[in-house]
Amino acid sequence: MSQIYNILDIILPFDWLSYDFMKNAFLAVLLITPVFAILGTIIVNNRMAFFSDALGHGAFTGIAIGTAIGIIQPMWSAILFSIAFSVLITIAKNKTKTSTDTVIGVFSSAAIALGLVIINASKYSSLFVGDLLSISSQEIGVLLVLALAVIVLWILFYNRVLMVSLNQSLARSRGVNTLAVELILTSLIAVVVTVCIQWVGLLIINSLLVLPAAAARNVSTNARQYNGIALIVSVVSGISGLILSYYFDMATGATIVIVSAVIYFITLALRKRFV
Amino acid sequence: MDENIGKHNGKCKLRKECSGYCCTKIQGFSVKIGKTEILREVNLHLHCGELTAVIGPNGAGKSTLLKAILGEIRHEGTIAFAGATGNITGMPMIGYVPQQLEFDTAAPVSVKNLFVACMSRKPAWYKSSKQLDEKILKCLGRVQAEGLINKRLGSLSGGELQRVLLALALEPMPQLLLLDEPVSGVDRKGLEVFYEIVSKVRELYDLSIILVSHDLDLVKKHADRVVLIDGTVILNGTPETVFSDKRLHETFGLTGFFDSEKAENRGKADEPDL
Repeated sequence: MSQIYNILDIILPFDWLSYDFMKNAFLAVLLITPVFAILGTIIVNNRMAFFSDALGHGAFTGIAIGTAIGIIQPMWSAILFSIAFSVLITIAKNKTKTSTDTVIGVFSSAAIALGLVIINASKYSSLFVGDLLSISSQEIGVLLVLALAVIVLWILFYNRVLMVSLNQSLARSRGVNTLAVELILTSLIAVVVTVCIQWVGLLIINSLLVLPAAAARNVSTNARQYNGIALIVSVVSGISGLILSYYFDMATGATIVIVSAVIYFITLALRKRFV
Repeated sequence: MDENIGKHNGKCKLRKECSGYCCTKIQGFSVKIGKTEILREVNLHLHCGELTAVIGPNGAGKSTLLKAILGEIRHEGTIAFAGATGNITGMPMIGYVPQQLEFDTAAPVSVKNLFVACMSRKPAWYKSSKQLDEKILKCLGRVQAEGLINKRLGSLSGGELQRVLLALALEPMPQLLLLDEPVSGVDRKGLEVFYEIVSKVRELYDLSIILVSHDLDLVKKHADRVVLIDGTVILNGTPETVFSDKRLHETFGLTGFFDSEKAENRGKADEPDL
């Protein structure tokens, strides 16, 4: 790790990057933002924004349950719970005729209520806001593994996900197992949200997922532009948000969200020129 | 009704007995949703190289028949493809063009992205190879839509989208092609172009085609065989025999559909001239 710190000192000899916790946060941003951009493009294309928000609630409850059972590392129980939660919503969504919004709404509020009952909320308020500056060097290793896994699955499943997002019948007629694709996708989002929630926070994690993709969508006409622009918006707002939060002493995650929201509104204004 | 089912009375075993060299047999198709019987005992023999138009009033079960053939809804009965020598090879390869593709028209997905996603393993955002580009252009060329390759799906007109979906349904080349003609969203000219392309495709690639149609004039002009459905097969024969049959007018007359639709189509036809 110290080698990476030295490299950072040489190529980026900036004031804001002189502390180790800022270096950690910087590395975390470099890993988290592309992953969020990738998942975000899929979430927005599949109209799953509300769904990924519900997954955040599921993750919160997962951590609560893990803590209550007394497992020292509540992360694993949280991941398991989140996956189970996302699978349950997906199946309920596919099996019932109730509108998707209602199904997700019910699961989402039930989960957050359960989580709040189990743990003393004030003690875990860090989960609501998150603290990107608290990330440790070991945790960056976890993020690296997660980012690689997301990228591999993204490449393998991209075409199938694209077909499913366009039209389920069309996808099925081309031999795509739509339920399997959906389950893999939602589980993946569940895991990423659960792992990142302690640094990004329940309240803003969904904005970080959705905003870069929503911005890219305003100004792109094909999959290549869409993914490329979402990646750039996500990474740029991540790094600039981190720097701004350092100099103006603001919450890092929230500052990143504000930067990407500004970019989103700019693209919204430009929209008519592109699409 | 039996004498009307297929020119060859369903005996498509020998090559010379068939108009095409192969055919798809649909036998005893029935569909029930809950307790409601939507289709009952539908038998069809679809010869290769023939365009079979399925017509019928609203709610007659036309789209249901296509979905049953696709296997999207549960049904009784069998479907089998018989090759040129009469050997039964099971389910035919099916291509399908839905009536209306419901999708997010704001989606940043181009025509090319859709083809790459369906035809290749490489992610659609990745730069595609020259070979793949050429293959996609060849597919689009079959429906005179090469110029649409870089357009966003949501920006296509109803007729253009229909042609792009037809091109997609022809890759890989199916043995049976199911077309559900859109009721709205395609202008008269677009519809005529679509029929001409379908006619050409039938001749070039020797496909069996089922076309669910609402435009009786175009059916008269292009179909080889017309099947009137209203819960079951009412009439089955050449356009001349079906259109001169009293039962056609009775079926449509009862619902008042025939006249109103004709009037509607006339209205559409007049619009471009204004």
